[in-house]
Amino acid sequence: MNETMIHASALTKHFTTRKRTVEAVRGIDLNVEAGEMVAILGPNGAGKSTTLRMLTTLLLPTSGTAQVAGADIRTQPRQVRSRIGYVGQGTGSGYNQRGRDELISQGRAYGMSTDQARRRAEELIASLDLSNVADRRSSSLSGGQKRRLDIALGLMHTPPLLFLDEPSTGLDPQNRANLHEHIRELRSRHDTTIVFTTHYLDEADQLAERVVVIDHGTIIADDTPERLKAEYAGDRITLTFDRADDAKRAFGHLMARAESARGTHDGVRVVLEVDGGSRLAPALLRELEEADLPVAAVEIARPTLDDVFLNLTGRSLRDAAASEPAATQEVPA
Amino acid sequence: MTIPTTPLTDTITVFVRELRPVLRDPFTVVFSLVQPLVFLALFAPLLPEGLSGESTLQWFVPGIIVMSCLFATMSTGANLLFEIQLGSHERMLVSPLRRSSLIVGRALKEIVPVLAQTVIILAATIPFGFRPHVVGALGGLLIISVFSVGVGALSYALALVSKDRHWLFWGVQQTVLFPLVLLAGIMLPVEGGPGWLRTMSLLNPLTYVVNAERALFNGVWDTSVVAWGALSAVVTAVLGLWVGIVTMRRAH
Repeated sequence: MNETMIHASALTKHFTTRKRTVEAVRGIDLNVEAGEMVAILGPNGAGKSTTLRMLTTLLLPTSGTAQVAGADIRTQPRQVRSRIGYVGQGTGSGYNQRGRDELISQGRAYGMSTDQARRRAEELIASLDLSNVADRRSSSLSGGQKRRLDIALGLMHTPPLLFLDEPSTGLDPQNRANLHEHIRELRSRHDTTIVFTTHYLDEADQLAERVVVIDHGTIIADDTPERLKAEYAGDRITLTFDRADDAKRAFGHLMARAESARGTHDGVRVVLEVDGGSRLAPALLRELEEADLPVAAVEIARPTLDDVFLNLTGRSLRDAAASEPAATQEVPA
Repeated sequence: MTIPTTPLTDTITVFVRELRPVLRDPFTVVFSLVQPLVFLALFAPLLPEGLSGESTLQWFVPGIIVMSCLFATMSTGANLLFEIQLGSHERMLVSPLRRSSLIVGRALKEIVPVLAQTVIILAATIPFGFRPHVVGALGGLLIISVFSVGVGALSYALALVSKDRHWLFWGVQQTVLFPLVLLAGIMLPVEGGPGWLRTMSLLNPLTYVVNAERALFNGVWDTSVVAWGALSAVVTAVLGLWVGIVTMRRAH
């Protein structure tokens, strides 16, 4: 069961719009084994979707190659398509179509008989809680219902490899939790290999076993969320003082210590990034007390993937999107 | 457990998918009929009796049938436009359906609403004295069906080129529609017009289809008129499908 699902080497995509060339993806190497659950994380415009579009045969790479589910994306696009499932950013079902009809058409597109398609549609309608809405026009469904129908469409032919492009964008927290549950179940029950893009840190953190961080079209980190955090970010201790002057002096004092590798100082607040924050904090408080720099409030936070991204790129993932050129958000046909 | 698909099964899959909403919601067919029926009710009575030597209705109704077919098929790309914008087209592009079948299946579906519309127009005009020649009318339907496939495919190609630019799709559609209708002599005969207008009319493929429909619905067996109409329809279909397939293959 240890076959390679995705083997991409030096995948590159350039877009030329109005004489300006945007290097959306700059030489990505990626291997995904069967059974993995991988999140591709990055700000808007980082090249996540473009990468996914190349792997799903929606876009031809400018250079580089990839084998997806055992077929070449350039020379055997139809074989790739018949072996993968895809849930795009948009609504998969036609606005004027009924869910059940769309599921049956989808099954037919993959070579199932009408009977097979009907039975499979029935299964998915039941398991994705769509019984009440499967015979309504897709345009009348709520966002969460549409998304579940999209996933059902992606699973009609029971693909061994499923791609999801920003699956939870636009969903409320409850629907997002519901979606995560369905994705986890797919993984545990059917051993489906899953690759999804996201710009939500918590989503990558909670759902994926492996996070591939993309920025400016290249992979800048690739590991489990735990190891990424251990390697690229520490605990965050935030100390608040009553007076800005105290904060400034405390900052100078703390920076002299070996353990506090990174720190920032802003107004009455000092933020330190350290290893083993909860063990270190009491000692720090005692020292500052002795130096007559009383701390008014203290907060210790475990690292997030945002800290990882910040330390890797110098930008917060939340702000990174704004600095990206809009042209990299390419609209496919 | 699955059977390999072929271009034919793919085309059938797309055809059936496109047809379902029409069958589920037959009223959508009536919708594009509103304008032609308005012309029939409010324009036909203004026409002088004895146009081109026939009774007004016998002359006007076949043209209105072509017009309703043109209105429906030229705007059919709007569905694809929505599907491109909302995401379902992308989902189908990632399925193993052949690109050619995505166009051919859609274009073939145009025949169904066109035939349904014709039946409605006939049902609305026969009580007022329109008398179609039965065998001729069947021939007329055949020509119109073939023509619709071509126009439908062109409309889908226009949608693929327009992508998210709705204004482009509707702009081109509206710009082309009325000149085609007027130059084909659907509203008024072009025979009495100035020379330049008659020349433009001869360059309009729709003119030949309209002339053939008038002959056939009236049971006038003018072989050359019918042959030109059939040729125009076939050329439109072949050209439309070719443009459609090339555009679909190139669209991503």
